[in-house]
Amino acid sequence: MMRHLLSAADLDQPQITEILDLAEEMSLVQGRPVKKLPALRGRTVVNLFFEDSTRTRSSFEIAGKWLSADVINISAKGSSVSKGESLRDTVLTVAAMGVDALVIRHHASGAPWQASRWIDAHVLNAGDGTHEHPTQALLDAFTIRRHLRSSNPDLTSFDGKTVAIIGDITHSRVARSNVLLLTTLGAQVILVAPPTLLPAGVDSWPVLVCTDFDEVLPQADVVMMLRVQRERMSGGYFPTPREYTISYGLTRPRLEMMKPGAAICHPGPMNRGLEISADAADAANSLILEQVAAGVSVRMSVLYELLGGAE
Amino acid sequence: MTNLLIRGADLVGRGRSDLLIRNGRFVDPAEAGTDVDRLDADGLVALPGLVDLHTHLREPGREDAETVQSGTLAAARGGFTAVLAMANTTPVTDTAEAAVHVAALGARDGYTQVVPVGAVSKGLDGVELAELGLMARSSARVRVFSDDGHCLSDARLMRRALEYVRAFDGVIAQHAQDPQLAGVSACCHEGEISGKLGLPGWPAAAEASVVARDVQIAELTRSRLHICHVSCAETVDVIRWAKQRDINVTAEVAPHHLMLTTNEVLGYDPIYKVNPPLRPSEHVEVLREALADGTIDAVATDHAPHARHDKDHAFAEAAFGMLGLETALAVVVETMIKSDLLSWTDVAKRMSIMPAHIARLADQGRPLAVGEPANVVLVDPAARQVIDRNDSASLSRNNPWHGRELPDPVVATIWAGRVTFRKGR
Repeated sequence: MMRHLLSAADLDQPQITEILDLAEEMSLVQGRPVKKLPALRGRTVVNLFFEDSTRTRSSFEIAGKWLSADVINISAKGSSVSKGESLRDTVLTVAAMGVDALVIRHHASGAPWQASRWIDAHVLNAGDGTHEHPTQALLDAFTIRRHLRSSNPDLTSFDGKTVAIIGDITHSRVARSNVLLLTTLGAQVILVAPPTLLPAGVDSWPVLVCTDFDEVLPQADVVMMLRVQRERMSGGYFPTPREYTISYGLTRPRLEMMKPGAAICHPGPMNRGLEISADAADAANSLILEQVAAGVSVRMSVLYELLGGAE
Repeated sequence: MTNLLIRGADLVGRGRSDLLIRNGRFVDPAEAGTDVDRLDADGLVALPGLVDLHTHLREPGREDAETVQSGTLAAARGGFTAVLAMANTTPVTDTAEAAVHVAALGARDGYTQVVPVGAVSKGLDGVELAELGLMARSSARVRVFSDDGHCLSDARLMRRALEYVRAFDGVIAQHAQDPQLAGVSACCHEGEISGKLGLPGWPAAAEASVVARDVQIAELTRSRLHICHVSCAETVDVIRWAKQRDINVTAEVAPHHLMLTTNEVLGYDPIYKVNPPLRPSEHVEVLREALADGTIDAVATDHAPHARHDKDHAFAEAAFGMLGLETALAVVVETMIKSDLLSWTDVAKRMSIMPAHIARLADQGRPLAVGEPANVVLVDPAARQVIDRNDSASLSRNNPWHGRELPDPVVATIWAGRVTFRKGR
């Protein structure tokens, strides 16, 4: 029984498989005319978002509601320092209302760890700064597993599969959680970025690192493109968006270089024309919308894992 | 207390002896009559009162976090008889009037001598020189100038400041940290752990490169430069090189950098958020060796009290700094004496004599000899304690040593003949 979900590293392979299998069952709800399970009736889930997010927040909200939990969204945007209320006070205040789970999104790395030490409620990390985003990694794994099972229905692990993650690794919580989770599932992860966007100490990560996209592309079973944040463009991390696209974008010519059957992922929101071309985003082997759908199923599964047991 | 006889203390290097204090000075113990207070110091080591080059007393401005009274009482409990109060108060100590005010607070409320540090630049903005000469000529007699908390990154301003303070034997104390080499949100050491935790970091090069520049400017200007809180091995190399060239540079290390490492940050506890940041253990080892061989001249606490609510933010948004005055000597005993890297004579040099010399404090860091000012700390070399953050004179509780077992060295502190701390009393 999990108490919190803070990091993708909290999960071993059997736990991940359990969450993904349960997510498969949850996904059946999505196709029903009445999308409601009674599993979390009477439980209260608060989405405490210190940072704007449309898709993650609504995904958690739908997941909670389909499980019949009472879901409340609290937006606490802006730095707590500027508002004069400490993170601890905000978290204690919300927890004091009697919530069962706090889903926390924060612009600063580590905030959900701190919160988990202050309160008794379950804490679910919905993305912390440039650190982790474990449910994104779970939904990516869910989507990738479905894709791989379309040609191999009995597939259980990602042994022998290669996932390339391309883009701003330094500032990406998606990359960090995916490295941890996909590696646990047996995949070989290759990180591709200009050296300016590779984090300190990446050599110690359980991955391969390459600065040449074209060298990696033909080997990858899954190509995961990361969003380039606007503020990186003026930060001197790369000379121009044009140079970035030519060097690291999933352009139309690069689609031709992909391994047959390889899939395209992107956590969204996309910068079409920058890190991903429209041709790639809308390609037949693009899983991008499947990722969004998987988000709800996986978050239902995680909420159930945290809150559904007998207490 | 005008007559105090300290019996049988080990005066390091000079054997066991009695010390008689009268009217704030040591006098011949043979003059002790019957009308004296006695302090049995059998088994204790007597050191000249410790001098902290780097204290944040927070008054004026943040009296909820610390006051001159609470901070100097914490200092006395740590064995200090003088502290240099950093300039980053509100208002900033950047005028003679502000400096005189801090000195007056010290004279009124202090359990130690309080010596203001003057800001180098007006408002610590790094643009224009503060009134360095007027602060020096004021009754506060400011000799140490620092924009601590901010790096003096403008090379031209650094050059002018170094040149200017030569007129009154001043020293510029630099918080070395190139702001261009890290993002504004940097909050820990840049390395494996920062990459894993997704925290923006300062590379060691951000410190060492500024020191490399500044020692060359110090050579050019023939002025006195002091490097605050050296935190990494690369900086030690630069200082060693500069000293070999007879450049007039001194350096300090903070106790926490002698013991705590980047690993402490793994739980995102802002107690361990400090500037400069905790570094990996290989840096800690080099800092200990540099303090032992004299490349680093002094230990300075960087005592930085913060109200709890300023530490209860997300790690990247919480205040920088940790308490240090009450535990500094304990950490030095643990890291330097127990490993035989320093003798007690060396500790006296690094924590009293050298800091007093750098700050040009005539009455501090003096020999424990007849005629000298009676500033002394009595030390029990064997006692140990488990640190409790609530057992503190400081108004703040951001104590990184809470719950750890450390030596408990300070038995009594005497400043100008007055007992300012006595263990168990």
